[in-house]
Amino acid sequence: MLNIKNLNAYYGKSHILQGVNLIVNEGEIVSLLGRNGVGRSTVIKSIMGMVKTDGSILFDGKQIIDLPIHQISNRGIAYVSENRDIFPDLTVYENLELGKKNNNSNIKWDIEELFDLFPNLKNRINVLGGVLSGGEQQMLTICRSLMGCPKLIMIDEPTEGLSPQMVNNVEKLLIKIAQKGVSILLVEQKLTIAFKLSKRLYVMGHGKVVYEGTPKNIKENQSIIKEWLEVS
Amino acid sequence: MSLEVLVFIIFNGLLYGMFLFMLSSGLTLIFGMMGILNFAHASFFMIGAYLGYQISENINFWIALIFAPMLVGIMGAMIEKYGLRNIHKYGHIAELLFTFGLFYIIEEMVQLIWGKTPVPYKVPEILNFPLIEISGMSYPAYSMFRLVISLLIFLAIYRVLAKTKTGLIIKASLTNPNMVAALGHNVPRVFSNVFGFGCALAGLAGVLAGNVIGTEPSMALLLGPIVFVVVVTGGLGSIKGALVASIIIGLIQTLTISMEYDLNSLINYLGFQIDINSTINHFTSLTLSQLSPIVPYILLIIVLIARPRGLFGKRDV
Ligand SMILES: Nc1ncnc2c1ncn2[C@@H]1O[C@H](COP(=O)(O)OP(=O)(O)O)[C@@H](O)[C@H]1O
Ligand SMILES: [Mg+2]
Repeated sequence: MLNIKNLNAYYGKSHILQGVNLIVNEGEIVSLLGRNGVGRSTVIKSIMGMVKTDGSILFDGKQIIDLPIHQISNRGIAYVSENRDIFPDLTVYENLELGKKNNNSNIKWDIEELFDLFPNLKNRINVLGGVLSGGEQQMLTICRSLMGCPKLIMIDEPTEGLSPQMVNNVEKLLIKIAQKGVSILLVEQKLTIAFKLSKRLYVMGHGKVVYEGTPKNIKENQSIIKEWLEVS
Repeated sequence: MSLEVLVFIIFNGLLYGMFLFMLSSGLTLIFGMMGILNFAHASFFMIGAYLGYQISENINFWIALIFAPMLVGIMGAMIEKYGLRNIHKYGHIAELLFTFGLFYIIEEMVQLIWGKTPVPYKVPEILNFPLIEISGMSYPAYSMFRLVISLLIFLAIYRVLAKTKTGLIIKASLTNPNMVAALGHNVPRVFSNVFGFGCALAGLAGVLAGNVIGTEPSMALLLGPIVFVVVVTGGLGSIKGALVASIIIGLIQTLTISMEYDLNSLINYLGFQIDINSTINHFTSLTLSQLSPIVPYILLIIVLIARPRGLFGKRDV
């Protein structure tokens, strides 16, 4: 459903992504791994139309690379950034309201279903987003993007800085999302989680994809882990 | 000071304050959402006044009251969509220069069309009478009309921001427009609309005030600074701040303008005497009413020292 060919991205004069190729199929969880600064977030931002890019990004067979952000979103792509961009001055309810959009997606989410997963959010529905804990904010951003019923959801380091309990919650939510048939492009620092959740993984180094395979492939290939993933 | 005088001062202060709010609310929203400090904002106020005059002459005041702000709003939205939006990629300095240029272009255009001298824009006949007269002072019916309109506008803005999805989108865009767009909302269109609406409000202020303060090519330059003072004092991007700062500045300025106290009287009161021929007397004999025009700037400085982001601001100035 998502097919990226020879993607280049630039911040001003720096050429950050240098010919990235990547595919996400329907209903698949795909992880994007790599050390900090290799360009994983930039891949996601490029798909979302937030960075200057060239190359080809096909979504459901249609080119989306030069579309404005909101049109890309309305094709059925959701983005959960690594900064947990909740709107701090709006309540939990208002944050969720903003996630809603009119589209004809056949995967529907309603608020009650999400509240069943996170009773905490339901209890804090009228609280300002800015006063939630980090974990609650992470839940809110994910739930907010689900309100728009996306076909593909791109999540950048969702477990970063969370308590083990919260990490567990995020994991369960991702599995639930995938079960409903939503594709996930996941940037995840914790290899155990990435290996557990995803069928296929891409490893990035210096603005390029340096390895592609299944969790099993990578686990058997220690040199890849040593060269591109382990923090020395 | 008698109670009647105080009531008059409060009414006038409120009127001036709400007038400042009508001008500054648009400016502060535009800044909050787009990061653009629109130097030409007061120019839209001036266009409003001139269109108000012209339409009043050719048709009548009531048609002017409705259509002049609409025309100004459309003009603003067009300028955002076809001008500013294309310049955005060159950064804030380019945008600032653009609005700077716009200020001069509008001033020149106004002079070309209506000349350099003030135009005879009159208060509509039907509202041109004293509404209340107490102990020799009168409050004009037209002032009350302006006050009511500006209060209604304030309520409308408040309702839209507090109760509608558009309001949510605007408030969210104040902190993170890219994320709002990523949720599927057409943020560029919201920008144009807010820009246009802000200009329309400035235009409305022009229609309502042009026939009181005088409609002439320098009116934008005269009013511009005080609007910036309001927006910065209130906190850039904060509509609540704009309201509070507008009312405070409106009241303080109206209050000081009617006070003939000077420092000498305070010093006398404390039992000292200043020599009338000494240099220091030049300063101590300045009355509050003479100082009134700089009072807002003094307030600005005090607020910025105490709270560098303004009263309710979240961003650095
Ligand atoms: N806004 C930006 N402006 C300039 N350079 C940036 C910006 N954001 C990221 N970079 C640079 O781009 C590279 C890739 O960043 P990023 O995609 O955030 O990496 P990752 O998510 O893999 O840690 C880094 O070298 C980073 O310094
Ligand atoms: Mg990153």
